[in-house]
Amino acid sequence: MIRELSSHITHHASLNLYVSLHTLTISEAAAKLRAKEISSVELTQAMLKRIEAINPSLNAYLTVTGDVALEQAKKADERIKAGNDSPLSGIPLAIKDVICTKGVQTTAGSKILKGYKPPYNATVIEKLNGAGAVMLGKTNTDEFAMGSSTENSAYGVTHNPWDATRVPGGSSGGSSAAVAAQLALGGLGSDTGGSIRQPASLCGIVGVKTSYGRVSRYGLIAFASSLDQIGVFAHTAEDAALLLSVIAGHDPRDGTSMTTPVPDYVSSLQSDIKGLRIGLPKEYFIEGTQPGVTKAVNEAVNVLKSLGATVREVSLPNTQLALSTYYIIAPAEASANLARFDGVRFGPRADAPTMWDEYRQTRGEGFGAEVKRRVMLGTYALSTGYYDAYYLQAQKVRTLIKDDFDNVFNDVDVIACPASPTTAFKIGEKADDPLAMYLADVFTLPANLAGIAGLSVNCGFDSDGLPVGLQLLSPAFTEDRILRVAHHYQQATEWHKKSPQI
Amino acid sequence: MPLTLDEVKHIAELAKLNLTEEEQARFQKQLSAVLDYAAELRATDTSKVSPTATVLPLRTVLRDDVPHPSLPRDELLKNSAEQEAGCFRVPAVME
Repeated sequence: MIRELSSHITHHASLNLYVSLHTLTISEAAAKLRAKEISSVELTQAMLKRIEAINPSLNAYLTVTGDVALEQAKKADERIKAGNDSPLSGIPLAIKDVICTKGVQTTAGSKILKGYKPPYNATVIEKLNGAGAVMLGKTNTDEFAMGSSTENSAYGVTHNPWDATRVPGGSSGGSSAAVAAQLALGGLGSDTGGSIRQPASLCGIVGVKTSYGRVSRYGLIAFASSLDQIGVFAHTAEDAALLLSVIAGHDPRDGTSMTTPVPDYVSSLQSDIKGLRIGLPKEYFIEGTQPGVTKAVNEAVNVLKSLGATVREVSLPNTQLALSTYYIIAPAEASANLARFDGVRFGPRADAPTMWDEYRQTRGEGFGAEVKRRVMLGTYALSTGYYDAYYLQAQKVRTLIKDDFDNVFNDVDVIACPASPTTAFKIGEKADDPLAMYLADVFTLPANLAGIAGLSVNCGFDSDGLPVGLQLLSPAFTEDRILRVAHHYQQATEWHKKSPQI
Repeated sequence: MPLTLDEVKHIAELAKLNLTEEEQARFQKQLSAVLDYAAELRATDTSKVSPTATVLPLRTVLRDDVPHPSLPRDELLKNSAEQEAGCFRVPAVME
């Protein structure tokens, strides 16, 4: 009887364990794994169960790689037992479906890559594997990362965990929603014009866009090569620092990755932010931003002040031109990058009698509306007679935008502003108006054009209970600085401890 | 300046994209709106500004010229619609 009872209690306790494991941060889980309080297999099983229960209603994951995950978890447990572990060993993560994973379908949210199983891993995946991380699956994205809502995915929209009638943002909406809904402890996304920071803002988590050249793009399906960067999602800045520590650094396979040394992102969180100079760009505090967003961001800035930062207004005078600049440069680069999708080497192929017909049909059937629009726009901007007027001119204005940041960073250490002018909008609300959708990225695009570091951290909720993101920007290769500011902000506030009711 | 329908068809041909008539009409309207918005770029004085193609100080990074194994051919061919004799098979290129 006693034995039965104790086995019952053990069973019950392990159930409780399963119920709560998903709420752990990466650093908490890593500590428990190392203390052998939990195993990675237990943690991974708990996450897979939760995904099975919740993902059908969220559509955050397109592919769940349960078998791979459990195998990786088992290996991680062995590593931990052998004392050969790293802070990410055994930590279950979500990977955006624009990042190539060997033998695991990678669609970029497009019909044109349905069934594509890359023959190689992206460098970031190799690095995560090397650290012993666990991949739970591949997450939804706007097709080829083109969008701000995941509505442009060929595989259905992802729902915002805070309100299922709303978008999670995009394009990395799948990873963002997965982390926010605690279907992963952290995740990878990519940010070309805001595709990490904007969904992090709309889902109430931390999302870091790394400086251009900080993280290898090898194996990232290219959208706009001079802007694309891989970055991370997590609940805390500390977790983001742990993730970034693993994926950052030079890669000989990416000619645009820099050899600049990678700082110790985790230990540099500790020093305080007294005397840190924060700039508030007046062009980012404008009418048209939702009052709930402005209010939460202003309150967050006051918290930073109370922690010893000094705050002043600054000006990035060419901000107004960033949207136009981006929507010439990014589509131009996309039109070149997407020329490779012709039905020959990967993806479904249309049946046509001649090669050119085959190309036209494969692409006409395989690409969705937004991808077609951008390929058209980019082709136009690069075409004879328009190249100088649009593409070259946009590159020149890009210089002005980059100069704005260089100038401001002479006077301040960090820029603080909203990550998005709105909280999560309704599914369908902007779907038929490309320009309105493009405006969702108005506060995030400039950082990509300048190649600097940026993040969004949850700084409260609007009157509808939807999360607001504080965007922090700093010069290229100073991710440690904005992570430190976000960390101290989170130490002083409780927003990151709130989670959606699912 | 709005795009004409002929321009839309011409761009689609350059991009090798089959578009339905409905798509042509829709894109004509939507692309014109985006280009209208982008007109502010053309109105910006950049006569003394050089273009930024990349934010990095790097120019033409080359790897060492050392042979190394490529990805296995069979693995690469697996994703293609048609293969023959270790090659990608494509429709007739010439008529």
